[in-house]
Amino acid sequence: MWDYSDKVKEHFFQPRNAGVLADANGVGDVGSISCGDALRLMLKVEPETDIILDAHFQTFGCGSAIASSSALTEMIKGKTLDEALKVSNQDIADYLDGLPPEKMHCSVMGREALQAAVANYRGEVWSDDHEEGALVCKCFAIDAVLIEETIRANDLTSVQDVTNYTKAGGGCSSCHEGIEEILVKVMSERGEAFKPGTPAKEEAKPAGMTNLQRIRKIEAVLEMVRPQLKRDGGDIELVDVDGKTIYVNMTGACAGCQMEALTLQGIQQKLMEELKEFIKIVPTKAGALSRATCHP
Amino acid sequence: MEGIYFDNNATTRVDEAVVEAMLPYFTEQFGNPSSMHSFGNKVGLAIKKARMQVQELLGAEHDSEIIFTSCGTESDSTAILSALKAQPERKEIITTTVEHPAILTLCAYLEKEGYKVHYLKVDGKGRLDLDEYKKLLSDQTAVVSVMWANNETGTFFPVVEMAELANAAGAMFHTDAVQAVGKVPLNLKDTKIDMLSVSGHKLHAPKGIGVLYLKRGTRFRPLLRGGHQERGRRAGTENTTSIVGLGKAAEMALEAMAFENTEVARLRDKLEAAILAKVPRSFVTGNPDNRLPNTSNIAFEFIEGEAILLLLNKFGIAASSGSACTSGSLEPSHVMRAMGIPYTAAHGTVRFSLSRYSTEAEVDRVIAVVPEIIAQLRKLSPYWEGDGPAAEPEKAFAPTYA
Ligand SMILES: Cc1ncc(COP(=O)(O)O)c(C=O)c1O
Ligand code: FES
Repeated sequence: MWDYSDKVKEHFFQPRNAGVLADANGVGDVGSISCGDALRLMLKVEPETDIILDAHFQTFGCGSAIASSSALTEMIKGKTLDEALKVSNQDIADYLDGLPPEKMHCSVMGREALQAAVANYRGEVWSDDHEEGALVCKCFAIDAVLIEETIRANDLTSVQDVTNYTKAGGGCSSCHEGIEEILVKVMSERGEAFKPGTPAKEEAKPAGMTNLQRIRKIEAVLEMVRPQLKRDGGDIELVDVDGKTIYVNMTGACAGCQMEALTLQGIQQKLMEELKEFIKIVPTKAGALSRATCHP
Repeated sequence: MEGIYFDNNATTRVDEAVVEAMLPYFTEQFGNPSSMHSFGNKVGLAIKKARMQVQELLGAEHDSEIIFTSCGTESDSTAILSALKAQPERKEIITTTVEHPAILTLCAYLEKEGYKVHYLKVDGKGRLDLDEYKKLLSDQTAVVSVMWANNETGTFFPVVEMAELANAAGAMFHTDAVQAVGKVPLNLKDTKIDMLSVSGHKLHAPKGIGVLYLKRGTRFRPLLRGGHQERGRRAGTENTTSIVGLGKAAEMALEAMAFENTEVARLRDKLEAAILAKVPRSFVTGNPDNRLPNTSNIAFEFIEGEAILLLLNKFGIAASSGSACTSGSLEPSHVMRAMGIPYTAAHGTVRFSLSRYSTEAEVDRVIAVVPEIIAQLRKLSPYWEGDGPAAEPEKAFAPTYA
């Protein structure tokens, strides 16, 4: 049996705001039937103020999917859309006093349903290009897709590298066999053989780089991509850097458009190469960044 | 009220008579059966007795065909690895898509080591195609491993017939009979089955004790080498208490065999028929005409299994599910998928597995509770509207997801 917190159990046994919301004006359907979870979030938004007057959900999902949905509806009621969009999957998990690592994707689904419902209300199309992989590291809830992408983006060659960039493998170490398997696979794609005992690359955050240097580097990368964005009638600005999370604002034609997620992923890739560390980029406005990069 | 335990395919309670038989071997009979002195001697005799009790249950020709191991998984691994080591010139394995992870995970690993593994498919009712099997058998086949009864649906495979075919092709035949032993009569001496796995905790013996049946004359390579225990075929000081317990449990299972196949089956049938009658959009998975007497696996469409289990648990009812969420994986049960059960049903499968300790009152209680729980969860389901599924469920709810 999962080790669910009392709060999760409480929201599962007495879900708040379950069922159809008859006069909803924003509806988001997300999830995956193959992985057993799917969620419909219904919002009633006051057009003058953008305030969420009511929120309901329906779900084809497990105990934590029901609890996460219930929590989300409670958290966003009374907020404006922009405020609501700041609710992260970690916030949902925190509200429930935590979720087992295998179940973090339930909270991610809540956040995505919210993005989809807001997009629906605003008359936009929301799309998620995230592919979720099997959970590899239980200590840090890191899945195979994220590990694979990080190895590929940074030419990683050792388990220690993977730990430095993603945290995966940095706890109990029982997932090291799984990480090695992914290394073998990705390295053979680029024509290399995985050798156990290969020393780790330089530390994820190279010693000597000050915060200021780091931010300048980030700005420089954004400068590099800016002309391309401007050609498409958009722009990007750096909002904040919080540890490994980089918050940006997408403006103009880019904001919320279908290409946004793709663009951001590309930028994130570049940033990781330049900074030589694993970072995630998070759009502060309605974004459609893939789930992989939102993983805790 | 004490809980209602309908999850006997996961594990069973140790019978009180079994506990009683074991207790002296923790205290005054603590000796090592290998020792020369009389402390060990009595223990040695107790193990001998247990071996014969298991022999009887399996219908084995010789008691020396019984090797005690630490669990069903160890028996499975020992059998397959032994067959490969003993016949290095044969590089292929035949198994099925619906085996327990004790077989499938090992096979996936062996594939990486260069072995070729053929996975037999099943049809919608979980049945094998024997023609496909016959075509795959060759002089390259080292071992065929096919379970006797499926742990999720209870469906039987024709292992006796399949063993004959393997034998004719010169291949070894192993069956994971962890779910069948103690529930169906066995007579291994009249079969061509070379190896068979047993797990004690599925038949009211303790956890952490298993058996590998090894037909006399079958070439064998041990997994654990060391002392001469189990005639050198499984080194390590015997788990004497558990062996004694398994012996007693085997004896009791044999006595209860008729009861298991009449009374337990009757209760299971009553439970199943009543649930199907009361709950719309529910159906039995696997092959109801050819399965274990204690198992019923029911799919409840448009809801998710873990949520069902959590609510059942609130009513003190224990069962299990093929839903992805109960295992922490992203996919629903490989058995349901192999049978082509649609996702919207596969996630809502619940397995009820009874035992000879299940009562009519318990069955009645579950019959009363289940329909309410299902209705309650369907109220939350985006596929459901009022009393039935949404007009076109797949269109009513088509979530975005890559
Ligand atoms: C068919 C089957 N094989 C093997 C096993 C594993 O047995 P054990 O838990 O004794 O290793 C089980 C138990 O879940 C089972 O159902
Ligand atoms: S599971 Fe990855 S470190 Fe523990």
